[in-house]
Amino acid sequence: MATTIADDLRPMHHPKTWVGKYVWSQDHKVIAIQYGVTAIAIGLVALVLSVLMRLQLGFPGLFPWIQPENYLQYVSMHGMIMVVYLLTALLLGGFGNYMIPLMIGARDMVFPFVNMLSYWIYLLSVLVLVSGFFVPGGPTGAGWTLYPPQAISEGTPGNQWGIVTMLGSLAIFIIAFTMGGLNYVTTVLQARTRGMTLMRMPLTVWGIFIASIMGLLAFPALFVAAIMMLLDHLLGSSFFMPAMMTMGQESNTQGGSPLLFQHLFWFFGHPEVYIVALPAFGIVSDLISVHARKNIFGYRMMVWAIVIIGGLSFLVWAHHMYVSGMNPYFGFFFATSTLIIAIPTAIKVYNWLLTLWRGDIHLRVPMLFAIAFLFTFIHGGLTGLFLGNVSVDVPLSDTFFVVGHFHMVMGVSPILVIFGAIYHWYPKITGRMWNETLGQVHFWVTFLGVYAVYLPMHYLGILGVPRRYYALGETSFIPESAHLANEAISVAAIIVFAAQFLFFYNMIWNLLRGPKADPNPWGAASLEWQTPQTPPGHGNWGPHLPTVYRWAYDYSVPHASRDFIPQNEPPSAEAPSEEAAL
Amino acid sequence: MRVAIAIVALVLGSIVFHLLSPWWQTPLASNWDSIDSALHITLVICAIAFISLNLFLALAIVRFRHRPGNRAHYAPENPRLERTLTFWTGLGIVGMLAPGLVAWGKYVDVPKDAAVVEAIGQQWQWTFRYPGPDGVLGTAGVQYMTPDNPFGVNPLDPFGRDDILVQGNELHLPKGKSVKLVLRSKDVLHDFYVPEFRAKMDLVPGLVTYFWMTPTTNGTFDILCAELCGVGHHEMRGTVVVEPRESFEAWLGQQESFNQLLAMSSPDAVTEMFRKANSCSTPATWGVR
Repeated sequence: MATTIADDLRPMHHPKTWVGKYVWSQDHKVIAIQYGVTAIAIGLVALVLSVLMRLQLGFPGLFPWIQPENYLQYVSMHGMIMVVYLLTALLLGGFGNYMIPLMIGARDMVFPFVNMLSYWIYLLSVLVLVSGFFVPGGPTGAGWTLYPPQAISEGTPGNQWGIVTMLGSLAIFIIAFTMGGLNYVTTVLQARTRGMTLMRMPLTVWGIFIASIMGLLAFPALFVAAIMMLLDHLLGSSFFMPAMMTMGQESNTQGGSPLLFQHLFWFFGHPEVYIVALPAFGIVSDLISVHARKNIFGYRMMVWAIVIIGGLSFLVWAHHMYVSGMNPYFGFFFATSTLIIAIPTAIKVYNWLLTLWRGDIHLRVPMLFAIAFLFTFIHGGLTGLFLGNVSVDVPLSDTFFVVGHFHMVMGVSPILVIFGAIYHWYPKITGRMWNETLGQVHFWVTFLGVYAVYLPMHYLGILGVPRRYYALGETSFIPESAHLANEAISVAAIIVFAAQFLFFYNMIWNLLRGPKADPNPWGAASLEWQTPQTPPGHGNWGPHLPTVYRWAYDYSVPHASRDFIPQNEPPSAEAPSEEAAL
Repeated sequence: MRVAIAIVALVLGSIVFHLLSPWWQTPLASNWDSIDSALHITLVICAIAFISLNLFLALAIVRFRHRPGNRAHYAPENPRLERTLTFWTGLGIVGMLAPGLVAWGKYVDVPKDAAVVEAIGQQWQWTFRYPGPDGVLGTAGVQYMTPDNPFGVNPLDPFGRDDILVQGNELHLPKGKSVKLVLRSKDVLHDFYVPEFRAKMDLVPGLVTYFWMTPTTNGTFDILCAELCGVGHHEMRGTVVVEPRESFEAWLGQQESFNQLLAMSSPDAVTEMFRKANSCSTPATWGVR
């Protein structure tokens, strides 16, 4: 049974050297931090690329060293880094690694060695990705979607070398993810401590658990697509390459289908949205519950919504392809399935709001980020209904409306959750406390700034401004004021960019000089706050594993002396168990 | 407290921005008012949800913010409330989806009497082909292309001989006549996009794609490429001129047919076209009848 693995102390080899402890570490917490730091580091590259894009769009011609090929390379690398190498790696490799064992009461992941391997292979994938900046021709400029034939044809930047490093890096990343993902799923299923039933797990674990299962099912589609395109490019096969001309010459390819790639890509790509979103949903549920001192409203519904969203997300991929030239009759099915997925998603939003209702809301920095997430996610979720609703998508697809929508829903929203989560768990992870004022300033500039960046983009898109344009040039329908909007967006983006350095300063400075943190500063009930040491030591729980008596949301229980009851506190008159009421 | 004020301000600000924004849909110049009305219905339903959810959020923050002595209410779930909310959400979804699907039903249903016009994309320009007096486009494909036959029209196909080939970036359409735009690409993906027509569709090498519409306003509009096609993507422009039937016919009469192209080409060039066509082992994939 699960407990035998979790309680077994024998496999715990306590590291003896500095290298064993911090470099080739098999401790899930160290691996989590390695994942997190690497992901944020490469994320910074993507952040800089986004500023370069905004410089070009806001002030075309002012920066002569940004040429069309550079611009497209920024677009492509920014997108791929943010979606895969930052968000997926940080939420699953980072938060997944740190939180799963602590939240379910395990000593570590069930396969610590594979876990370590997963990180180092991830690091390799990042290095291969970065090498794209240094190969002849630079990184690929085919867009993050990497659609063939242009990804490997003349006229696209990086079509010789850059695309190889990109596809190679993705394949390596997927190997790393598979090792991690199998670990997360197995750990949740096998290593829960006594009393930790599935329906007592915090929603953070549920979100990461379902996202990991989805990743294991979705990433293989991208893997085969990457390998097939590599074969097309390097060995001259024609999986995705039809008979065509390249720069006036007839190609020697024939019979391949560019649409096949798009299907494979989006069969991965749409679940990927939820691979990023579900952990964020889970984490934000816990932030809201803890800081509102109230149990998450409709826990069981929340769990089922996560599971249903996870399942349905495999049936909606072709809503990215309404105008791709696939059989247009598919549109009926995919529009319907896409709008159905809005129902469980809406339920989650209602339940977050109803958790706040009649709560005791402490507006600390993590909670502010959670509230900002609610606002941006409501916005981004609703604009998704435009794009999912097949005929409405036709005028909007490939315009800035799409850019505004997906940044709001899967860029800004999960990143606000990540900020909230870092502020929330920082005291547990480091044992130190960050500076409140800096946190507040960082929050306000980021929240208001991103809305100033993305709201106008929707309107430019409705006007018809296409995306992935190096310059708008002369058109009959884009008024001069749209250029002004672009300038304003760029200025807002640069301010938001600058504000992130407050965050880094706050985190790094207080790591060394911050005041010592309380082991449970927010009064949270879930297990990760109940460790004997802060930060938790190797093996997490000292000599004895905790026993769990209740769900993770016993906040403000009537007749209890405190407004939270830790999960591992046995039922008593002081700490009644209200769970039976469920 | 401040965050609640900020959320209310952002909601009001969004409404004001929406009302005052100079950036909105271009004036419609095609029959696709059903797409526009589906968009407007979606907008209204989403706006109601956006405003009410966020105001509820702000209200909850104001009313239940922490003050000394406060304690949260304990309420794990309320299945009745959750069912009610699910029902109303479902109703809103149906309200958006129904007009969307009805519009899509029209989009996929090309009228029988629609005129056929072909738009051909290549990095980074547009060319166009009209079927000529017989009303049928001849087969074409990259395997027939020679420097003197840039459209790749099959010289062995009698239906192709009267096809009218337009080399410039300018497409002409008669006002009020439904047209099925047949799309093909010589090289990579492109997308035929005229904002005023609302409709758009990708061009996929190896496939023939299509959409249909009826131009309803005389005028000159931009054709943009809306699918990333390389470094010149943003410069891949064309124009479409919608004009009365008579001036359209007059314009079309001045364009060159494939027969005229053959007549004007050097004998060597024509020999090369036929040699290429005869050596084709695979059937043309671009033929549209």
